[in-house]
Amino acid sequence: MNERTLLRDNVADIAAYFAAGGWRPLKKALSMGRAAVIAEVTASGLRGRGGAGFPTGRKWSFVPQDAQGPRYLVCNADEGEPGAFKDRELLRRNPQAVLEGMAIAGYAIGASLGYIYIRGEFSAEAEFLTAAITAARAKGFLGANILGSGFDFDIHLHRGAGAYICGEETALLSSIEGLRGQPRLKPPFPAVKGLFGAPTVVNNAETLAAVPSILERGAAWYASTGSPDSPGTKLFCVSGAVNRPGVYELPLGVPFRELLETHCGGMKDGRKLKAVLPGGASSPALTAAEAMAVNMDYASLAAAGSMLGSGAVIVIEEGRCMVELLGVLARFYRHESCGQCAPCREGCAWADKLLAGLEAGRGRPSDVETLRSCAAAMTGRTICPLADSLALPALSFISKFRAEFDAHAAGRTCRAAGGGRLA
Amino acid sequence: MAYFDEEFLAKAEKVCARYPRRGAALLPLLGQVQKEKGFIPEEAMDELAAFLGVPRSRVSAVAGFYTMLRGSPAGKYHIQTCRGIACHMAGGPALSAALARKLGIEEGGTTPDGLFTISSVECLGACGSAPALLVNGRYFENMDEAALDALLDDLRHGRLERR
Ligand SMILES: Cc1cc2nc3c(=O)[nH]c(=O)nc-3n(C[C@H](O)[C@H](O)[C@H](O)COP(=O)(O)O)c2cc1C
Repeated sequence: MNERTLLRDNVADIAAYFAAGGWRPLKKALSMGRAAVIAEVTASGLRGRGGAGFPTGRKWSFVPQDAQGPRYLVCNADEGEPGAFKDRELLRRNPQAVLEGMAIAGYAIGASLGYIYIRGEFSAEAEFLTAAITAARAKGFLGANILGSGFDFDIHLHRGAGAYICGEETALLSSIEGLRGQPRLKPPFPAVKGLFGAPTVVNNAETLAAVPSILERGAAWYASTGSPDSPGTKLFCVSGAVNRPGVYELPLGVPFRELLETHCGGMKDGRKLKAVLPGGASSPALTAAEAMAVNMDYASLAAAGSMLGSGAVIVIEEGRCMVELLGVLARFYRHESCGQCAPCREGCAWADKLLAGLEAGRGRPSDVETLRSCAAAMTGRTICPLADSLALPALSFISKFRAEFDAHAAGRTCRAAGGGRLA
Repeated sequence: MAYFDEEFLAKAEKVCARYPRRGAALLPLLGQVQKEKGFIPEEAMDELAAFLGVPRSRVSAVAGFYTMLRGSPAGKYHIQTCRGIACHMAGGPALSAALARKLGIEEGGTTPDGLFTISSVECLGACGSAPALLVNGRYFENMDEAALDALLDDLRHGRLERR
């Protein structure tokens, strides 16, 4: 399976999606029964594409099958991590696959209502999705008694309003409930007590879009691509100093070198690679040598000391100042910290302040060590991992590019070019 | 309800019907107010609290939490430049500086004629087509100074809709 199943061409319209075989997997799922659907998705090895890589079939199986009352299925299309722009592309190019994946997932967990949480800025995509939902309802793929099966499932859009933290699943649930988007302690996990207190599955849009083809062609077919621990294809969104930035659907396990050189056309204007954030702004940096040797899958990136995360690959070229770039990340996390947990609220603010000082040449020699210990004190101490999302890149930047930090701390201005010029 | 008209309330009732609890309609309705009024007035919050049956304090807390919901109106065109890492590397800071210079205002400011407000925003999720900016919520991507000049010219002539 070296073909694209997510970003297929010309399936944005429901008629074209149907002509290409779409909405038949739902019909098949409805005839298989819930347990068999969950078993098939589990056997495929599909892992969540929202960042944590949790096995999708297993997550669905956590919903108590005997629980009374409603259950909910939530599609996470909040896409807020710097470097990530894959779900936006997916929603534009293949919205029906996301809706069909939601219907299949909803059937599997016994939900009759699903919500798509879409980031507030994506207003064009929200309109497009609303039309896609209306079209699917009109064809009888959503709504009451779908395809005469007795299964009811409908989908509503819930638009965010500018808060990265609402991508975290429990904050997202709070946000749908009409509260501030603040993460909640787990357990209880959403599968047991989620939206409106009912069992809920939250899956990333890309995860859900992979489901119809798994049902259509089977778990074995799906698992035949990618690597054993990371089956299937993944949307890699590449930004930074490459000739062809963009979203690429490729088998998991693709070498970074191939992604860069073959798909992205190499480094922009022959610049040299310096570092890569392989899994978005929350992933530890890899040096050029580490990146050129790594394969893009969950296990390989973990072994290299980083992570696949959301598949947002940020490419940094030689000449960039790592102190400045870490400062950009710290400013982001400071702004997006919900403020609930002290290590995150204070840690992000302190890191931002230290980095702004270092960047401006107002640093002191002790600042680098202070920054390092600040980052170290932010890991694993909070309700959600937003603090870790700054701490882990920070620790990697400092350990791998220490000389730049020390030079700044000694008051020397950086020779690396900043972002202050138009590329 | 003196602030909201019949039409708004009819629409709002439909939004409530999407959720098992009325209170869940709070964020979509605040979004609707933001869209129609350009900010979230106090009276709107008073009436939303009553309409949804949620505490008034929750309405202000929620309105204050989300950056797209404003406490005061912006200029006719609100230009928001992205300051995410990809836009930063693609010249975002220079683009923001050029914008401020051309309009003669600082970040967060509004031109005296009320035509433009400028601010920077966190990553817009357009990293593959950086640098990006929003004008009244619409994306403009792969920006450079020439594209910015053309955009400002169009906006000065009221041509956002035609773009
Ligand atoms: C701060 C933070 C932000 C997150 N943002 C997103 C997001 O924008 N989209 C997303 O799908 N998952 C996001 N996640 C992960 C979700 O919490 C959750 O794990 C995911 O939606 C589960 O879907 P999956 O199992 O299909 O990956 C975020 C997590 C954290 C801690």
